[in-house]
Amino acid sequence: MPIDDIGRPASLHGWGRTAATTATVMSPRSVAEISSAITRAGSRGVIARGLGRSYGDAAQNSGGLVVDTTRLDRISLDPVTGLVTAEAGASLDAIMRVLLPQGWFVPVTPGTRSVTVGGAVGADIHGKNHHVDGSFGTWVRSLLLVGADGTVREVAGDFGNPLFAATIGGMGLTGVVAEVTFQAIRSETAYVSVLTRRAANLAEALELMRDDNDYRYTVAWIDLLARGETMGRSVLTLGNHLTRAELPASKQARASAFAPATRLSAPPMPSGLLNPLSVRAFNELWYRKAPRVPATTIESIGHFFHPLDGVADWNRLYGRAGLMQYQFVVPLEATAVLRGLVERLNEHQLASFLAVLKRFGPGSGGYLSFPTGGWTLAVDLPVRPGRMAGVFDEMDREVAAAGGRIYLAKDAVMRRGMAEQMYPDLEKFRAVRADIDPSGVFVSDQSRRLGL
Amino acid sequence: MKDALGRVDSVVLLGGRSDIGLAVVTKLVAAGARRVVLAARGPADDAVAALLAAGATSVDTVEFDALAVSSHAGVVDSIFDKLGDVDVVVSAFAVQSAQEVYDASPTAAADAVTVNLSAQISTGLAVATRLRAQGHGTLVLLSSIAGVRVRPANLVYGATKAGLDAFGVTLHDMLAGSGAGVLVVRPGFVSTKLTEGLPTAPFATTPEAVADAVVGALAAGKRVVWVPRVVGVVAAVFRVLPRPVWRKISA
Repeated sequence: MPIDDIGRPASLHGWGRTAATTATVMSPRSVAEISSAITRAGSRGVIARGLGRSYGDAAQNSGGLVVDTTRLDRISLDPVTGLVTAEAGASLDAIMRVLLPQGWFVPVTPGTRSVTVGGAVGADIHGKNHHVDGSFGTWVRSLLLVGADGTVREVAGDFGNPLFAATIGGMGLTGVVAEVTFQAIRSETAYVSVLTRRAANLAEALELMRDDNDYRYTVAWIDLLARGETMGRSVLTLGNHLTRAELPASKQARASAFAPATRLSAPPMPSGLLNPLSVRAFNELWYRKAPRVPATTIESIGHFFHPLDGVADWNRLYGRAGLMQYQFVVPLEATAVLRGLVERLNEHQLASFLAVLKRFGPGSGGYLSFPTGGWTLAVDLPVRPGRMAGVFDEMDREVAAAGGRIYLAKDAVMRRGMAEQMYPDLEKFRAVRADIDPSGVFVSDQSRRLGL
Repeated sequence: MKDALGRVDSVVLLGGRSDIGLAVVTKLVAAGARRVVLAARGPADDAVAALLAAGATSVDTVEFDALAVSSHAGVVDSIFDKLGDVDVVVSAFAVQSAQEVYDASPTAAADAVTVNLSAQISTGLAVATRLRAQGHGTLVLLSSIAGVRVRPANLVYGATKAGLDAFGVTLHDMLAGSGAGVLVVRPGFVSTKLTEGLPTAPFATTPEAVADAVVGALAAGKRVVWVPRVVGVVAAVFRVLPRPVWRKISA
C-alpha cells in the first residue's frame, strides 16, 4: 500500500469499543506534515482523530489514513482579551490548566476534559451551559483548515461563511482542523457553587429546567429504570462560577488551583455485570444521596464538570461487547415524544446508569451541528446486539419525525438515509464538500456508513 | 460499514442461486443489510424478488461462471467498484455428484475440482485483495464436515472441501492485521437441491440453520463455525479414529 510509509497500521475504535477497523495512522508534528500526508493519501482518503472520545466510528477510516493530531498541542492565551489559540490536538484538560490560574475558563466543556480542540470543532460540542452560552462553535473566532489539496486556509468564525458553517460540527469531513482561536470566559476561581435538588418525576424535571436561566450550568441526571409515578425522577444540579470574594476563607489560598488527578483505572469486566438489578440498586442509592431539600454546595470544577474523568478507561466497565451512547434532541414542545422515548427505554429495561437530560438553547448555525433548541437526553447502554437493533431504528424514526436529531459524535448504529431526515442543512453541507473536496478525500467509517 | 451492533450494509453472494447462500443473505437482509449483489450464471429473478421483499433496497445481479476462472478477478473487481465497500462476501457456489458419477467420468471430477476449489481460490484471492484494501469485511467460505476426514464414498467432493477448508483457514491468517477476515463454515449434511438424491447423513441440518449460525458468527467475529455445533465434536472424533475403524464406519 502506498500509504504504509506515512504511518503505522492500527486497529481503531471509538469510545464505545465497537466496530473496530484498520487504518494507517500518522502523527504529524507540524501543519506542513498534515498537508504532505493529505496529498499522499490513497484512494481510501483521510480523517482526523483526536483523543478518540466519539463513541462510534466517526474518527476511523478503514483502509485509509488517520491523522492523529495529539502531537500538535501548543496553547497560547492572551490574558487581557481571553483569546486562546490552540493547535488541534490540545486537550481541553491541558487548556484548562493554562487558563484557570490566569482567571479564564473554556467557554464550553463536555462531560470529559479528554477531548481535543479539533474534536470540539468537528463535533461542535456542548456542555451544561448550552442554554445560556451555546455550543463550542459559537466561541470560535477563526481556525486553520488543511484542505483536500493540502493547502492551509484561515477560516473566519462567521456562520455566514459556508466553509465555516460546514466545518463546525462537520465531523472532520471538510478537512483537517490544524489550529483554533476561540474566546475564553472569565472564571476567577476553580470552583462552582452548585444547587442540588430532586425532581420526583419527568414532568417536574422539565418544569424546573424549562425557564431557568439564573444558572449558567444546569443538567438533570435521570433514573431511566424508575417506573410508574416516579418515572423520570431526577437529580438536578445547577451551577455558577464562584468569584474570589464568594469563596470561603479555607479555599482562598488555592482559589485558582486546578490539578485534578485520575485516581482509578477501571478493569475490564464481564458484560453481564451491568444488569437491570445492579443498575437499579445504584440508581436508588444515588437518588437517595441527593438532598431532600434543595441544598447549595461548593464543588471544584473537575468534580462538577467531569465526574467520570476520575476513573480512567471507565468504558471498559461495559465488557467486551462494548457500549454505546444514545443521544437525541427533540424540540421544546415535543415533550410527549420525549416522554415516549423515556418510556420506551424504560420498558425495554436497557440497563443504564443515569441518563443525562438537559435543555438546549438555539443552535449555532453549523450545518451538521447537533445542538438545537429543545430537550436532549443522553444514555449510556451496554451493547446487546440481538435486543437493541430494532428499538434504536424505531427511536431514530420518532426523533426524526418530531423534528429532532441524533448526535453524530455519539452515533454508532444509525441507518443510511436517516441523517437526511434529521439534518435539514445536509444538502448545504454536501454542496460545500463537493466544492472544496470534489474527489472525496475526507471520509470516515461513519460517513461511509451513513452516506454523508 | 458494520455498525456497533454488528449489522452490515452491503453483501455479495457468489453463487447467486445457492440454497445456503441465499438463506444466509436473506438472514443478513432481515438483520439490516440493504444492498446486495448476486453473482450467478443466468438469471436469478426469484432470489432478487425475495430479497427485495425481505427489505433490501437494491439487489443487482452479475453474470458469473464458476468454470471460467480467468474471468473471476474481473467479476470481483466490477462488483466492488459498483458497491463501494463490501461488508460480507458469501462464496457459496459448489457442485456435488455421487462418487460413482466421478468414477465413471474423471472429466466431471476435474470440473468439480475447478468449481469447488479452483474457482473458490480464484475468487477468494480477488476478494481478499479488495477486503485488505478497504480495511474491513469478511469472506464467508462454505466448507463441510466432508472435508475434515474424507470418506471413500465421497472422495472427490470431500477432497475439494478439504482443500477449500485449508485455503480458508490460512487465508484468514494471511489477512491478520488487515482488518479483514475469513469465516469458514463447516456444516454437517445439509438438505438442499445440491444434495437431492444423495444419501443423508447423521446430524443433517438445513440452509436456515446454517444461515442463523453464519449470521451469529459474523456478529461475534468468529473465524470458524460448525453447524450444528455438535458436528465439531463429531469431527474431532473422526480426525483421530484409527484408519481401519474409519474405513469400516465411513464405507
